[in-house]
Amino acid sequence: MNHELLKAAAESNQWLAIFPELLLGSLALLLLALEIILPKKQHTTIPAVAIIGQIGVLLYQLLHFNSVFVGHDTFAGLLHHSANGQFMRAFFLLASILVCVLGTIALAKQKMPRIEFFHIVIVVSAAMMLLAQSNNFILLFVALETVTVGFYILVSYFRTSPLSLEAGLKYLIMGALSSGLLLFGIVLLYGVAGNSTLPGSSADAMNFNALHTFLAANSHNFLAAVGIVLVLSGVAFKIGAVPFQIWIPDVYQGAPTPVTAFLAVASKAAGFSLLLILTQSVFTPYEYLTTPVLGLMAAATILFGNLAALTQHNVKRLIGLSGVSHAGYLLIGVVAAASQPLAIGAIGFYLFAYLLASFAVFGVMTHVAGADDADQELEHYADLAKTHPFLGAVLAIGLGSLAGIPPLAGFMGKLLIFIAAFKAGLHGLLLVAIVGVVISIYYYFGWIKAAFFETWRAPLLEGETDPRPVRTPVGVAAGVTLATVALATVVLGFYQGAFGDWLLSLKF
Amino acid sequence: MNTLPVDLLLLSIATPLAVALVIALGVPVRAAKGLAAAAFAVPALIALFLWSRFSSETLHHTYAFYKVYETGLQGVGIKLALGLNGISLPLFVLAGIVGLAAGLYAIQSNAERLKTYLVLLLVMQGGLMGVFASVDIFFFYFFHELALIPTFIMVGIWGGRDRSYAAMKMTIYLTLGAMLSLIGLIAIYYKSRAGSFDLISLREELLANGLKAGVQKNIFGLLMFGFGILVSLWPFHTWAPLGYGAAPSSAAMLHAGVLKKFGLYGLIQIALPLLPLGAADWARPLAILAVVGNILVVGFITIAQRDLKQMVGYSSVMHMGYAFLGIAAMSAAGVGGVVLMMVAHGFSVALLFLLSTSVYHRTQTFDMTEMGGLAQKAPVLAAFFVAATMASIGLPGFANFWGEVTIFVAAWKFSPVLTALAVSGVIISAVYGLRSAARVFFGEQTEALAKVVAEKPVTDLTCCEKLPALILIAALFFIGFWPKSISTPLNSALEVIYPAPTVQLAADAAK
Repeated sequence: MNHELLKAAAESNQWLAIFPELLLGSLALLLLALEIILPKKQHTTIPAVAIIGQIGVLLYQLLHFNSVFVGHDTFAGLLHHSANGQFMRAFFLLASILVCVLGTIALAKQKMPRIEFFHIVIVVSAAMMLLAQSNNFILLFVALETVTVGFYILVSYFRTSPLSLEAGLKYLIMGALSSGLLLFGIVLLYGVAGNSTLPGSSADAMNFNALHTFLAANSHNFLAAVGIVLVLSGVAFKIGAVPFQIWIPDVYQGAPTPVTAFLAVASKAAGFSLLLILTQSVFTPYEYLTTPVLGLMAAATILFGNLAALTQHNVKRLIGLSGVSHAGYLLIGVVAAASQPLAIGAIGFYLFAYLLASFAVFGVMTHVAGADDADQELEHYADLAKTHPFLGAVLAIGLGSLAGIPPLAGFMGKLLIFIAAFKAGLHGLLLVAIVGVVISIYYYFGWIKAAFFETWRAPLLEGETDPRPVRTPVGVAAGVTLATVALATVVLGFYQGAFGDWLLSLKF
Repeated sequence: MNTLPVDLLLLSIATPLAVALVIALGVPVRAAKGLAAAAFAVPALIALFLWSRFSSETLHHTYAFYKVYETGLQGVGIKLALGLNGISLPLFVLAGIVGLAAGLYAIQSNAERLKTYLVLLLVMQGGLMGVFASVDIFFFYFFHELALIPTFIMVGIWGGRDRSYAAMKMTIYLTLGAMLSLIGLIAIYYKSRAGSFDLISLREELLANGLKAGVQKNIFGLLMFGFGILVSLWPFHTWAPLGYGAAPSSAAMLHAGVLKKFGLYGLIQIALPLLPLGAADWARPLAILAVVGNILVVGFITIAQRDLKQMVGYSSVMHMGYAFLGIAAMSAAGVGGVVLMMVAHGFSVALLFLLSTSVYHRTQTFDMTEMGGLAQKAPVLAAFFVAATMASIGLPGFANFWGEVTIFVAAWKFSPVLTALAVSGVIISAVYGLRSAARVFFGEQTEALAKVVAEKPVTDLTCCEKLPALILIAALFFIGFWPKSISTPLNSALEVIYPAPTVQLAADAAK
């Protein structure tokens, strides 16, 4: 490489463009340093530092939302900053803060090292933020692996629980397989795009722009098609789309509840932002291939997720499988986005509503769960509305929003996706989606039923203990967080204001 | 245009919702009762006030009190547009008054966890006012769902027999219906290319460039079955008697009396005028389902009921058959009859549910074969019940009469055979209505009842029970003797929404 090129590359290193990520990295290191410096008694303040620090980063991100980098590439084309990317960065930060709040509740019930948990969560979040802005397969892969490796540890974090360890192993094997598929796809694309006998070939085919030029010039190349399908399969693992959903129920059940929430919301959202980047810019010449593949996946995912969730009694498995069906609705949005830019805003709104609703539900779950985190049955929710009306109300709002019931935000997300799908002419997928929504009513309302409706229980025999674990009293921080999340779900259902306006004008 | 200083329509929606929030945040029970009573009274008074003002308003495309708010989704053409036209005004009044009656009845009921019960009822009431005040078809749907969800929880917590099963079945059926109609509404929005969910712009756009017959047929089919499930069109009616039988009385009053009219209202205000060719295609199947299924089959099932509340539930399914027949007639007269009947039926069925619960409190059973002779002990209750039954059968002097007669006249042009069959349904209603009154209130006291009475002597209606019943029966009489109060604004709207050429075109297509 000659001198000029290196210089140009160095000048494009705009560190300010990734300042939030840098801040997060420093915060993560600071947590570890604090653990060494502070006396043991004051270790309880470290989670607060983690949460407050991240709130600061989130504020920074929001204040610099329309930064000068939007619309430009930095770091020699490794990163591309877009409005959608800015939104996703804020999204991951918010998710990470909420995970940390849930973490403080769940970790209090275990004898586990605390600080590493927050450290890893923050590092993973920073990686996700980079992922949402990637413009190069190398950066994409490195960021994705950082996320995945972080999750290997987080999933098996409760190492005294066999189920948590099993989940970690399962996630490791499945994650390795999916990374392998992804890598194989990338290599195929790189290889075929580097073939100098083909028009539009490029020496730097890892770069999305160069790859796009090549794909546009060779829109029916068989090897490239195989590569694209493999890359999509790798991403489909992350979002849990059929047929790559097999790991979901076990991993969701075994993982600590805050990690399950992290997987369900942030990891899934990362997958979707990646999918949007790929289908909206790089793979556009292969729409004839990606559209049917993703469409078929969407239909199968919706049906499988909903049908499989019907029979679940463990709420973690239930929410995992219901999350599979949400991935299906979102996939409809991705398919629709090929012709309707409206769908991008719809996906953003859906993800945001899904975040709020999921954290409302997971927040209640951490309070209801006992010392055995994997053992969370529907029966444990009996009488919740009577003994803990606040938790009951938050649960009902969260589940209602997930089920897509007006006037909650989840309904608006579904509505926007449906409108986009209608405009894109996806009538078959819409039909499947309706069937899915109707099926989902059964298990979401079954859960509400368990918490609200009184049922007769046999009185406890002598020596028998109540199978329901003792519910954690709601602390101030957790109470405020849950109330905010639930209130935001209701308000966003009624009034979207400038947020809705901005999202709908979003183009890629 | 809205000439009032305050947007009363928005106020009528917001008051119950705001009070619900206040009660949920925690106030003492006594204060909650007072607040709730006020919050139920406000929409009712607003409705009556707007009713009296309507004739002097200048109309904006048939709508009075029209006002638009942006909520952030104007990008896809969704805005909160409020207003009342001749079709929605009577239903808005119905919602206000039945809401007040149901609210007052709930306040005096002393149910367990009364505050939660009132919160849910208030949310439902806010939704109901919103359904009929919305000009935007998206918000029309939105408010319906808002009102629907509390019913699920109310049935589940305060319901009677089989409440868990009933709540689940009701919710799944109604979600299916709602989803189908939502897709139908999105289809209208998209196919019209008006780029807006506002009913006024949709109507203008579709009047200028009507949709192709095939498209209209598909969309109308979606809406007919979607709305039909919500209105308990046979054979999708099974949720209704089960759900009403299990629901606590105030929830049943609001649902059967008002919320269920959502589907019919949607067909009249949206589907029929916007998709006349599609309606013409479906008119005959709809009429046959309505007459043979809802009126005759369900009518006979109603006769066989022993459970008082189930009987009222089935009878309301049966009466929906007349409404569907009036819609299938596809004429301004038929639609006018349906609106009149919806209002009348709303009052009478709410009254019947209220009275059945009052009967239950005195007999401790809904089984009519275990009652009898209540009239001696509770003459006022008996008088109310007989009056409500007569209204429901359609005796002249009650509002129901005018609705049914208009429907029959309009339907005769459409199909004499089906009309004749439908008229014979009136005999069926008379059989079960009078039989139930006789079984409950007249004749000898049964042994089972004697035992109950020995433990707890039967009293007549208390003041608190009388008040809501009086409100409902007064409304029935008022409209019965002076139907013009509804039909004048109604006609003004129907003339615009159902212009003669459209109706003629559709009627020709039906033949």
